[in-house]
Amino acid sequence: MSLHDPRYKARIAGHLAKYPDKRSAVMPLLYIAQEAYGWVSPRGIQEVAEICEMDPTQVKSIAGFYTMYSEREKGRYWLHVCTDLPCALNGADTFYRDLREYLGVEDGGTSADGLFTVEHVMCLAACDKAPMLQCNFRYMESLDMEKMKAWIEDRRAELQAAGQGQGS
Amino acid sequence: MRLLLRGRDIPDLHRLSVYQANGGYEGLKKALTMKPAEVIDEVKASGLRGRGGAGFPAGVKWSFIPQDEPIKYVAVNADESETGTFKDREIMEGNPHQMLEGALICAWAIQATAVYIYLRGEFWDIGDLLDGCIADAAAAGFAGKDILGSGWSCPVYTHLGAGAYICGEESAMLSSLEGVLGQPRVRPPFPAQKGGGLYREATVVNNVETLTNVPWILTEGADAFRAIGTEQSAGTKVFCVSGHVPRPGNYELPLGTPFRELLVDHAGCDPDNIKAILPSGGSGPIVPGTDEVLDTPLSYEAMQGLGTILGSASIIVMDNSVDMTWVASRVTKFFKHESCGKCTPCREGTYWLDKVLDRILEGEGRPEDVQLIDNVAKNMAGTTLCALGDFAANPIIHTISNFPDDFNAHVQPKPEEEQPAARPARGGRRRRASA
Repeated sequence: MSLHDPRYKARIAGHLAKYPDKRSAVMPLLYIAQEAYGWVSPRGIQEVAEICEMDPTQVKSIAGFYTMYSEREKGRYWLHVCTDLPCALNGADTFYRDLREYLGVEDGGTSADGLFTVEHVMCLAACDKAPMLQCNFRYMESLDMEKMKAWIEDRRAELQAAGQGQGS
Repeated sequence: MRLLLRGRDIPDLHRLSVYQANGGYEGLKKALTMKPAEVIDEVKASGLRGRGGAGFPAGVKWSFIPQDEPIKYVAVNADESETGTFKDREIMEGNPHQMLEGALICAWAIQATAVYIYLRGEFWDIGDLLDGCIADAAAAGFAGKDILGSGWSCPVYTHLGAGAYICGEESAMLSSLEGVLGQPRVRPPFPAQKGGGLYREATVVNNVETLTNVPWILTEGADAFRAIGTEQSAGTKVFCVSGHVPRPGNYELPLGTPFRELLVDHAGCDPDNIKAILPSGGSGPIVPGTDEVLDTPLSYEAMQGLGTILGSASIIVMDNSVDMTWVASRVTKFFKHESCGKCTPCREGTYWLDKVLDRILEGEGRPEDVQLIDNVAKNMAGTTLCALGDFAANPIIHTISNFPDDFNAHVQPKPEEEQPAARPARGGRRRRASA
């Protein structure tokens, strides 16, 4: 799905209208590119560069500077687990280790069914609700492995019911 | 007394009608009947200080803006990323219009041409919420074109960051908004000066919590605000309490409330089981959980007297089981990850501190390693363009000076009868190392 697809037209125009300089729209447009391609692909970078009237190298350096843009393909669900000090004081390290074991992945890895990519991240401003994570940038808080297992199996069941489960 | 976390007391306060039914936008209406300079004087007189960490008087900052410039901006710092900080999130989720109103009053006071709200990228849902609030406020005449018939126009926009702590630093935040790498700039010129702000125009950068205080100051008056808190620290503060705490969360209390009241009475901590406190997230100097510390008022001036800072008041509590070497390592990993790479002392210093701390925690440390990391940290402090270099040095310098035994225990071989096994990373229950 290209950024030139009509479905993105209004959103892109809305972002460009916010700023006196097209270049300022590079960050919101990178999010749209990530949504369109599932990751910040070279084609996405090229398209953002054209719209913002920037050099693709500059766009790529912006994409690389921030942790929320992924320059590699990931699973459908991005699980960003906070292991920073306040969460770690409340069991985040054990939680993160158990979650990886359950999914059979290393830090930054994607589960064999291609659904879940897990990585540890820095403070997410939810220190009073540790252990916690963000899934596709939405908060999931006050977690334990029982809750996580149920949630993971629900996602798997959902996709199987939709007929696009294993290996999608 | 809640001036800010009113969302807890009033359901649906994020709705414009509910906010207005509870006095919402009366501060803006009053401000528009005043001259901009009078608004600045009122905020100056209130003694409101910046809640993002530096504690700079807000009204004084506004007064630096040159009035005759045709283009001026307000940039709201909603990048809340300091370890242990989660106050701006609750303020914006529960009471978003009050923050918007405060930003608009600031905009009137400096005659700004636009307001940008820079949210950390992970506040995706808050961005959507604020976009809705902005649209509602504009439809009611409080934002956008010809605000309340005054002839003054000021649109408000949200902008999402994308996961970089450094963008909470004001000059890096402005660079990020401009679409260049979010790295700090050389100052002067400062953001409030022509040449130093957003798109090189004069810009006020204020934290969410700072601006959320402003409508109350306008409606109730500077004197009423000064009546809360201490002489040098007026008003309330939202304290974020996390770590080894029975009742973690945000607590809005008058500035000057003692640590003991916050941590023991409100958050439920056992005063005999507090080994250490980080009063300002990862960035401020750590203090031991002694009676002297617990009896210290949480004010800008008293915290300075304690050798630390109030900062953003993100208070992380650690009980007696915690190994301070592990704490130093964990906080260092944060700063290593978040160093933007521009200044050599910070980029290289955090890298080497992390490496040596890993070595120490793995039991491979040498006795001289403690002195080594202390030296590295002291050589980082004061040598970088922004405060991140100092912040990264603090967890080393102050954990070593307050808890030297925790470090030495890792690097000095002990007879087997005293220390039967290599200690795990977090250590077992230990007595307070210094008290």
